[in-house]
Amino acid sequence: MAKKLLLEKAHVPGIRYYDTYRREGGYRSVEKTLKMPPADIVEEVKKSGLRGRGGAGFPTGMKWSFISKPEGVPRHLVCNADESEPGTFKDRYLMEFIPHLLIEGMIVSSFALGSNTSYIYIRGEYDWITDILEEAIAEAKKNNWLGKNIQGSGFDCEIYVQRGAGAYICGEETALIESLEGKRGNPRIKPPFPAVKGLWERPTVVNNVETLAAVVPIINNGAEAYAAIGVGKSTGTKLISACGNINKPGVYEIDMTISVEEFIYSDEYCGGIPNGKRLKACIPGGSSVPIVPANLLLTTAKGEKRLMNYESLSDGGFATGTMMGSGGFIVLDEDQCIVKHTYTLARFYRHESCGQCSPCREGTGWMEKILKNIEEGRGQMSDIDLLWDIQRRIEGNTICPLGDAAAWPVAAAIRHFRDEFEWHVKNPELCRTRNYGLAHYADPIHVPVTA
Amino acid sequence: MADEVKNFKVTIDNISIDVAPGTTILNAARMIGGDVTPPAMCYYSKLQGSGGKCRTCLVEVAAGSTADPRPMPKLVASCRTTVMDGMIVKNITSDKVIDARNGVVEFLLINHPLDCPICDQAGECHLQDLGYDHGKESTRYKFARRTFVREDIGPYIQLHMTRCILCYRCTYVADQITNKRVHGVVDRGDHAAISTYISKAIDNDFSGNMIDVCPVGALTDKTFRFKNRVWFTKPVDAHRNCETPGCCGKATLWLRGDEVFRVTARKDQWGEVQSYDGKTGWICNTCRFDKKKTSDWIVEGLTSISRHSVIGANKYKTLEMPHETVQKVMHGVRPKLLMDIHNVSEVNNPNIHLSELERPAKGTDFKKASQHPVNEDKAEQEAQFGKTEK
Repeated sequence: MAKKLLLEKAHVPGIRYYDTYRREGGYRSVEKTLKMPPADIVEEVKKSGLRGRGGAGFPTGMKWSFISKPEGVPRHLVCNADESEPGTFKDRYLMEFIPHLLIEGMIVSSFALGSNTSYIYIRGEYDWITDILEEAIAEAKKNNWLGKNIQGSGFDCEIYVQRGAGAYICGEETALIESLEGKRGNPRIKPPFPAVKGLWERPTVVNNVETLAAVVPIINNGAEAYAAIGVGKSTGTKLISACGNINKPGVYEIDMTISVEEFIYSDEYCGGIPNGKRLKACIPGGSSVPIVPANLLLTTAKGEKRLMNYESLSDGGFATGTMMGSGGFIVLDEDQCIVKHTYTLARFYRHESCGQCSPCREGTGWMEKILKNIEEGRGQMSDIDLLWDIQRRIEGNTICPLGDAAAWPVAAAIRHFRDEFEWHVKNPELCRTRNYGLAHYADPIHVPVTA
Repeated sequence: MADEVKNFKVTIDNISIDVAPGTTILNAARMIGGDVTPPAMCYYSKLQGSGGKCRTCLVEVAAGSTADPRPMPKLVASCRTTVMDGMIVKNITSDKVIDARNGVVEFLLINHPLDCPICDQAGECHLQDLGYDHGKESTRYKFARRTFVREDIGPYIQLHMTRCILCYRCTYVADQITNKRVHGVVDRGDHAAISTYISKAIDNDFSGNMIDVCPVGALTDKTFRFKNRVWFTKPVDAHRNCETPGCCGKATLWLRGDEVFRVTARKDQWGEVQSYDGKTGWICNTCRFDKKKTSDWIVEGLTSISRHSVIGANKYKTLEMPHETVQKVMHGVRPKLLMDIHNVSEVNNPNIHLSELERPAKGTDFKKASQHPVNEDKAEQEAQFGKTEK
């Protein structure tokens, strides 16, 4: 049984409420940090090797140290709870069951960054969680963990919850800031980065829910203890929200040393694939990361066992690897159609593109239409190359990473499953009645198709 | 003397230029001018915050600066990236840039109606220019193009959303030079549209400037719609004493004969409204829509139009006539024969219709005619050919 840091107390009855949470050792980290100089907390987070849990995996301590500190300008901490990536639902679990863990992490982080007003920007669809969080904030405030002069330390901090209106793009940090300011959620052009000019042109740090929650065990147990868990630059524990064709979908806390194979097949985690079906493909980090076929998922191109951590999952680059992403682990069995799946994702990105920059606005819609044609047996061979060309011209040419996020799934699907696309084109009647099946996607030796 | 600000040296397509710190790559390239200047569809130097959206101005940064000569991993929007000392930029010398730009142009055009033949913007449309430079002769887009229901946004401006490329320039105009913005971008993605807040009419003294900043035919002048093609009109610079605060009173009149078809702000070589003494020369709606008589204006002279523009056809401001070289060659002797052939020649008498001569013509046919004055000539001819009418 792997060590749990975030979900350790998740099943204690009544942990949602302050009294139970406090009795179980909650808010110890705040007591500890209020006596520390803020710079030491940043140093501690740096030492822990904690990486942003929202998807990009940028070292959190480093991000915190970038925040500029001009005289007389307030700074802000914003918690990104706009968890909208298809396949990702770990933050929801955390906020719904142990809201105080997030509040505690936010108080510590606010103190470290010098933010007296912090915000939780929550996804509009999570309306009931807004109530849970606000209740938790009220309880914390009643017990003087928030408000003026917290626990007699002289530090003031308020946390406000702001609901989004249901836009995926508002999970991008600068779009989130725009939306929080009450504007249209269009990503900003960087630089300036939020650490210099963020919310209301003030220095701002935007962190994921899980990242901020992870600060609590780092402070409680010390950075060394946190860094000791995991391997290499993948330290600590990671929440994985597993879904798709598995026996036990749900949120799991892993320590990033287990293999992908173990994660899918062991009873402790996903519990294997139902109905004796075979594994065909997997998206290990939320819909935006490249999809990989079974053979490349379980072993790297070098033939090593692939592990559930940042380095191992991205081993081989995009040619043969994928990404850790936000931990939205989607498993596809042999009955799933990659073309339909790619079409579904393309439809999502087309719907969620903010429409600000041309390649993403026009390209996502175009890709969706072509994929729909192929899926419905109206495609042509040239469409596959055209898709590749479109995604290539979106990727890297947009303001924010949504363009990349829309391009990668299409690119990866064509890269690894080109023959399935071609089968769809060649068998326009058949593809509407049955799926391509597993084919060779689980065969041990795989030569990636270069499109 | 205080320390002078050290200029940054930036090299764009192997051409170096010293620019002030804080200058964007695009503006540095504009200082060099010519082909190294990336096209810009959304950036507008006079509108704060504009740019970065259309992605046509993407360039490759081959070296970030002298201090940190690493190349930038992605292509950057030159309109929003400031130069660093020793930066090396590749625009038309980079295949990556050309490929990306062609891609962006393709993206911009897939949903554009391409109704140039009936679009008032044709001839002065930036998307048209961009399409000529980077577009393909045919499209790879096989689907129905996106269309929008036409919306009425007031008495002066016609919104034709189907043509819009969502550059956001008009929203910046409304934010920055009118006192209240009532329009904006609604919805998102490829169905995003410019619209007013619940079909409110745009009614503001400076709203007409949105027409000038629109790079395509999405916002056109209702008082000029379908009146004339821009290349048939003659642009002249004119001014009047406008009493509207904030209006510069300097405009371009688009004439046909003495009739003023259209009034716009004066534009510079980048298609942007010109600045006077550091202030942008926006004009008010009174000047733009109500002063449509030449007597309202003091005409300064022909507007200088780029010779590459279709508008400039046949109306160059400094038209250089071809030099007559014959006189020079003949050392000042006026060649009579070439100058006034009919009056001088004894052969080519205009009163003789060659086609009416009996063929083959004889030398005497001409001799006779040239010896007689015109009036008698007719009688002579009648005598010769007989009175055919009778």
